[in-house]
Amino acid sequence: MDFPTFLIQLLNSVQYGLLLFMLAAGLTLIFGIMGVVNLAHGSFYMLGAYLAYWLSTLMGSLTLAIIVGIALAVLFGLALEWLLFRHFYERDHLDQVLLTFGLIYIFEELRSILWGDDVHGVTIPEALSASIPLTDNLSYPVYRLFMSAVCIALALGLYWLIAKTRLGMKIRAGAFNRDMTEALGINIKLIHAVVFALGVGLAAVAGMIASPISSVYPNMGSQVLIMCFVVVVIGGIGSVRGALISALLVGLADTFGKVLLPSMSGMLVYMLMAAVLLWKPEGLFKA
Amino acid sequence: MKTSSTSRRQVLSRSAALIGAASTGLLVSEQAQAQTGKLRVGLMLPYTGTFAQLGVAIENGFRLAINEQGGKLGGREIEFFKVDDESEPSKGIENANKLVQRDKVDVLVGTVHSGVQMGIHKVARDSGVLSLIPNAGVHAATRAQCAPNVFRTSFSNSQPTRALGAAMMAKGHKKAVWITWKYAAGDEAFEGFKESYTAAGGTIIKELGLPFPNVEFQALLTEIAALKPDAVACFFAGGGAAKFMKDYAAAGLQGKIPLYGSGFLTEGVLDAAGPAANGVMTTLHYSDSLDTPRNKEFRLNYAKTFKLQPDVYAVQGYDTGLLLIQGMNAVKGDVTKKVELYKAMESATINSPRGKWTMSKAHNPVQDIYLRIVENKENKVLGVAAKALADSGAGCKIS
Repeated sequence: MDFPTFLIQLLNSVQYGLLLFMLAAGLTLIFGIMGVVNLAHGSFYMLGAYLAYWLSTLMGSLTLAIIVGIALAVLFGLALEWLLFRHFYERDHLDQVLLTFGLIYIFEELRSILWGDDVHGVTIPEALSASIPLTDNLSYPVYRLFMSAVCIALALGLYWLIAKTRLGMKIRAGAFNRDMTEALGINIKLIHAVVFALGVGLAAVAGMIASPISSVYPNMGSQVLIMCFVVVVIGGIGSVRGALISALLVGLADTFGKVLLPSMSGMLVYMLMAAVLLWKPEGLFKA
Repeated sequence: MKTSSTSRRQVLSRSAALIGAASTGLLVSEQAQAQTGKLRVGLMLPYTGTFAQLGVAIENGFRLAINEQGGKLGGREIEFFKVDDESEPSKGIENANKLVQRDKVDVLVGTVHSGVQMGIHKVARDSGVLSLIPNAGVHAATRAQCAPNVFRTSFSNSQPTRALGAAMMAKGHKKAVWITWKYAAGDEAFEGFKESYTAAGGTIIKELGLPFPNVEFQALLTEIAALKPDAVACFFAGGGAAKFMKDYAAAGLQGKIPLYGSGFLTEGVLDAAGPAANGVMTTLHYSDSLDTPRNKEFRLNYAKTFKLQPDVYAVQGYDTGLLLIQGMNAVKGDVTKKVELYKAMESATINSPRGKWTMSKAHNPVQDIYLRIVENKENKVLGVAAKALADSGAGCKIS
C-alpha cells in the first residue's frame, strides 16, 4: 500500500467510524440512562431510511424529507416510550430483550405492509452529488464528506447537551441515582421520554443521512444492529465519549482488516472487542 | 421397484389387519388416494422476509404453467399445501417435514435460500419424495449429494459466472479483480469465474471479499483503484448489489474499470441503482428483455394473469411447472411409478421463456447463458455468452 492509498483508507476508516458512532450513540444513551437493552434500535435506523425514501419521493427534496422525518421519528419515539418502554425500565433485562426482539418482527412486517419488499434508491441532493478526484482513477464522493461533517456536528451537539446544559445535568443525575433525583423534584419520567426520543431520533437521522449511499432495503436494520452493539460494548455501556472512540477504532479495524487480512476481515472487529474486554472488562470508558 | 412396493403393501395390510378394522380402512383410503385422488403438491417458499417477492414470483410462475395446461397434472386434480420457509435455515428440516410427513405431499417445490434448501434436501433424500428446486443454486444438491428424486430447474451457483471468463477475455480484459461476499454462494460463484477466466487465459490479480451481508465497500473500492485491473468481476445480489454499483460509480470507477458480474447483480435493483448501473455487464440464463416469441408470449400471459411483470424467478417457477407436467403426463399422474417418472423428467426438453434447455445427468439445467448490459434500467441482451452450459456435477452418482 503506497502512502496516498494509505491516507485514503484512513479517510475511509474515519468516515465509516463516524457513521457507526451516530448509530451507536442513541443505543448507548438509552442503555446507559434507562438501562434498557434495545434490540429494536436497528429498526429505527431502517425507519429513518424508509422515511427518507418515502418523504423525498413525496416532497421531491431530501433536505425537506430529513426535517419532516426527524419530527416524525421523534414523535414515534415518544409514542413508543409512552406505550411500551416506560413500563420496562424496572423490569429484568430478559423481559426487555423479549419485548424489543418482538418489536423487530413487528417493525419488519409493518415496513413490508407500508412500503413493500423492494430495494429503493434515494437520490443525493444536487449540491452534494459531485465527487472530488483523489488519484488518477479514484474519486471521493462529496456526500460522504458531508455525512462525516453531520456526524461530527451531532457528536459535538450531544457532548454539549449532556455536559453543558441543565437538561444534560438532569439526565446524568437521573442515570446516577433515580430516586434521589426524583426526590429533588425533577420529573424523571419526562427526562426518560426525552432521552428515548433522542435515541430514536439519532438512529433515524443516521438512517436518513445514510440512505442515499446505502440504498433502502428490508432488514437493513438488523445488519447494523450487531455492529452497533460491538461499538457500545467496546466503548463502555452508556458512555457517549466511549462510543465515539470505539466507533473510530472499529472503523479502523474493519477498513484495514478488509484490505490487509481479507481472510480474517469478518472476525477482526470481534477480536478487537475480545481484546478490549480482556484488558478492560467494562469497556474503554465507564459511564 | 415394483416388487418392493408390493411387499410394502403386504406388510402394511398385514399389520393393519393386526391392529384392527378402523386402521385398515384408513390405510386402504390412503392407498387409493395415491392412485386416483388429488395430487398433493407442497410449496415451501419464502412468503415473508427479504426473499418474499421471489417466493411469490416462483409460485405465480408455477401456477401459470399448470393452468395453461388445464390446471391438472397427469389428469389428476391438484391440492396445494403451502409453508412459509421464512428463508430460515434452522427451520428448514422442520418445515420440509411439515409438508412431507403431516401433509403427505407427492411433490415438494422449494426453495430460494440455499441454506434452507439443504434442509429440504435432507428430507427429500431420507423420504424419497420428489423434490423440485426452483431457485437455490447450492452446489451440493446436484453434485456430491445429488439424488434421483431431486431436480433443479434454475441454475447452480457457478453456472452464470462460468460464462464470464470467455466474455471478459473477448473484450481484452486480461487482468481482473474478483470481489464478493465471503459465504457459500459467493465462493461457489467464484469457482465458475476462476475456472472460466483462467482457462481463457486471464489472470486474477486479487480476490477481495467481505463478510455477508456487510455493505461497507469503500475500503475495497480504494484497493481496486490502487490495483488498476483491466476489469472487475463480482457476485452480489439484492440491496447489497444496488449499493455496490452506486458506491462503484461514486468512487469514480464507473467507465474507467469495466464492471462485470453474475446476473443477479442487476436483477430487481435497477430502479434503486439508477444511472450507477449503466454499462454493467452480467451473465445469466435469462433476461426480461430476451427478444423471442416464447418469452414475449410468457411475459404477456404472466402480466395479464397477475398484473405484475415477471422476472427470472417467475421463469424458474414456470419451468418447474413445465418439468412436472412432462413427468406427470408420462406416468398419467401415478407418482408411485418412480422409475418412469424420473426418466421422463431426466430426458425432458423444457421449452422455456429463457430458451430450450435439458436436464444434466445430475439433474441441473443444461442451458444457454446470456451476456447482458444495463442500459436505461434494463438488462439488454448482447448475445449468448455460453451455449448449453452444464454444471460439472462433480461427485454425483445417480445409479
